[in-house]
Amino acid sequence: MSAPYAKLPAWVDYGLIPLINLAVAFIVAGLVVLLVGENPFRAAAILVEGAFGRGQGIAFTLYYATTFIFSGLSVAVAFHCGLFNIGGEGQGYIAGLGIAIACLALDSILPWWALFPIAIAAAALFGALWALIPAWLQAKRGSHIVITTIMFNFIAASVMVYMLVDVIKPPGSMAPQTRLFLEGAQLPRLNWLIEMFGLGRIRSAPFNISFILALAMAWLVWLLIWRTRLGYEMRTYGFSPKAARYAGISETRIIIVAMMISGALAGMMALNPTMGDQHNVALDFVSGAGFVGIAVALMGRSHPVGIILAALLFGMLYQGGAELSFEMPNISRDMIVIIQGLVILFAGALEHMFRPAIQTLFASFSPRSVGMTEGKGA
Amino acid sequence: MAKAAIELVGINKSFGPVHANRDINLEVAKGSIHGIVGENGAGKSTLMSILYGFYQADSGEIRVGGKPASIRSSNDAIAAGIGMVHQHFMLVDNFTVLENVILGAESNALLNSSIAKARSELLRLEREYGLQVNPDALVEELPVGLQQRVEILKALYRGAEILILDEPTGVLTPAEADHLFRILKQLKEQGKTVVLITHKLREIMAVTDTVSVMRQGTVVATRETARTTVEELAELMVGRRVLLRVQKDAATPGEVKLSVRNLVVKDSRGVTMVNDVSFDVRAGEIVGIAGVAGNGQSELLEAIAGIRHAVSGSVLLDGKPLDTTGPADPAKLRKRGLAHVPEDRHHVGLVLAFEENENSILGYHGQPRYRKGPLLDVSEILADAKDKIEKYDIRPPNPRLKTANFSGGNQQKIVLAREMEQDPTVLVVGQPTRGVDVGAIEFIHRRLIAMRDAGKAVLLVSVELDEIRALSDRILVMFDGRIVGERGPDASEAELGLLMAGIEQKETVA
Repeated sequence: MSAPYAKLPAWVDYGLIPLINLAVAFIVAGLVVLLVGENPFRAAAILVEGAFGRGQGIAFTLYYATTFIFSGLSVAVAFHCGLFNIGGEGQGYIAGLGIAIACLALDSILPWWALFPIAIAAAALFGALWALIPAWLQAKRGSHIVITTIMFNFIAASVMVYMLVDVIKPPGSMAPQTRLFLEGAQLPRLNWLIEMFGLGRIRSAPFNISFILALAMAWLVWLLIWRTRLGYEMRTYGFSPKAARYAGISETRIIIVAMMISGALAGMMALNPTMGDQHNVALDFVSGAGFVGIAVALMGRSHPVGIILAALLFGMLYQGGAELSFEMPNISRDMIVIIQGLVILFAGALEHMFRPAIQTLFASFSPRSVGMTEGKGA
Repeated sequence: MAKAAIELVGINKSFGPVHANRDINLEVAKGSIHGIVGENGAGKSTLMSILYGFYQADSGEIRVGGKPASIRSSNDAIAAGIGMVHQHFMLVDNFTVLENVILGAESNALLNSSIAKARSELLRLEREYGLQVNPDALVEELPVGLQQRVEILKALYRGAEILILDEPTGVLTPAEADHLFRILKQLKEQGKTVVLITHKLREIMAVTDTVSVMRQGTVVATRETARTTVEELAELMVGRRVLLRVQKDAATPGEVKLSVRNLVVKDSRGVTMVNDVSFDVRAGEIVGIAGVAGNGQSELLEAIAGIRHAVSGSVLLDGKPLDTTGPADPAKLRKRGLAHVPEDRHHVGLVLAFEENENSILGYHGQPRYRKGPLLDVSEILADAKDKIEKYDIRPPNPRLKTANFSGGNQQKIVLAREMEQDPTVLVVGQPTRGVDVGAIEFIHRRLIAMRDAGKAVLLVSVELDEIRALSDRILVMFDGRIVGERGPDASEAELGLLMAGIEQKETVA
């Protein structure tokens, strides 16, 4: 028996509360910085400066954010259907295989604008198929999706090691990765976009056109969830499987479709680091971005706009964090991970911690802004 | 008058902006049965939860036996001599009665001594209050009436002097309810104090000494039961005059629209819940299925509506068979003109997290009129929802409001509007007024009669016998998965009550 949640104005729900959570996360992180003997304010300044100070930093922040938008959207789509897809990491990793096949076969024949759609399709397809198996197991056998998707991350990792070491590594090479993609499989950079704002020349940042794709996908996900019949059915099932059954929505179909869309989005996140940055598919190229997507989706309230903002925040933490550990040797990479962890903790896991207090506050000085909720009666 | 067992002075409680209890002053005399009535959301349950320590009041004082009491948890309440029998039983099904009674009141780590003590104590309670129940029976094997008795025993075993019962008759047959009332009177004679929360005015009249009426978080009146009438109480509850009896003309049944033949349905554990049931519903009549909750009505309803598989038997809609044993497909049934108002609107009939307009298309969301190209036509859906809101007087009239923020009665109207506006051939309705306030009941009943008069075949399942009798043109009584009798609308309550208890031919009341 908990007190019913009152409705808060949207700007509080989507603006104020996340900001308070974030502020608390940074205060606690600041204490950690203090503990290792550094000045937390200077650290914060370096972090923000590193991420947004110069064009170079902004480009890197946006590069990281691109990947996180994809993985955040992936988690959100499944989440709207009541499914917790922890397998974005594996789905993105396997998608690298699809990208490798498409690029290695066609990069000498096609220009980038012709190859890019094919690579998108290949990445989405591989990601979706990797999500299909856990989805099918959930829908038909009741195997819990959280467990199976976690397991499939490990399987994906092993499969990729095998493929990279034994199958697609060029002969004679010592590194477990594909050969470098030719120009046809190298995505154009968007650094000029930042330079246009007069933020200085960017030497070598991997900010590329897949950022535009990420924004387009965010819009499409919004359309899907709130403006299509499929999205309606997914949300119905997500909120109440019984109501979905009553409404004649097939449980098997909706689980499988939602997971495949989720897997496809996770797959697309592989485009950015491979075709956009490294121009090959290497071991461990996903490096945890799939898991960051969970935090991004939680923090962004599973709404595309929120996800874009949260992805920018995590992009900032990644880029600014790298600068920070460079400037303050006391703060190691691990410390950055701790700060990121705190953000996830306060913004994701503890997102409702401050809600009751804020609610009472609002109710006391402007009851009208809060609207009415049904009281608990017999 | 005797001195007060409980006094509540100036109790206030808000949940965020909702003022659930407002300056409540209430005095319950020792050794009396005090009724509390009110519509849903009037604040009855909140008030009792405060008394039992689930919630703390924002302000005000509770006095038990004249002394101020600080009740911060249910343990405090028990220590103060307050026991509660919840609407939903708090029993461990696979424990025996004895084990349930001592649960949470074990005297030490080893159970033997507690059990021996509890056994003798139970015998004493049985003697004193006529609360017979086999202490070694498993709770899951007891009928609901006896399970409730176990709840009462639990409270008494913990030394309760004041017993709060929250909607205790919802799951009982009329005979079981009468038995409960006898027990309550016996408790009163032994000096215990009983607080009875209910929305059934008949029960208040039958058993209480004093009654307090709650409306919108306040106590609007307290009356001596002997000096008030059902009509007065209903008016106090709603704040205006209420028609308690539905006005209707005689039915003019047409041809058979829904025909159920030898239907057998099992539940998820494989227990046969519907056993060889056959009946017809004609156009222009309401057929009511009466029965105590859990006798297969829910499963019957779900099988007809395509949510649950039948094991065998057939259902004919407009003369054509439905695929009852194949994969369930409520979507197809809707297309063929079968509308369904499910028993559980919170989890089945509505998605509470949705906006009102989203719920007003649930199940019909695939219709072309709600589509524009590949997308949903949001403006059409909103216009459609507004139209229904107006026709069914749904309040507040805001299709963008979250469904959870509507009252129970208005939520039910959302479901009814959706199903009735599809102009179905057959309307299958489960518990149309469960948890719905008196004002809305009147409206819903009139709508159902209007559907009948428009020539629809209506199948009504309800555990409220009054409702069945008020609406139905024919009454089928279900007991233990079978239809044990058919009666006309003028059958007496006693006659139906006996059928509902499964006592038609042989035995008499236990």
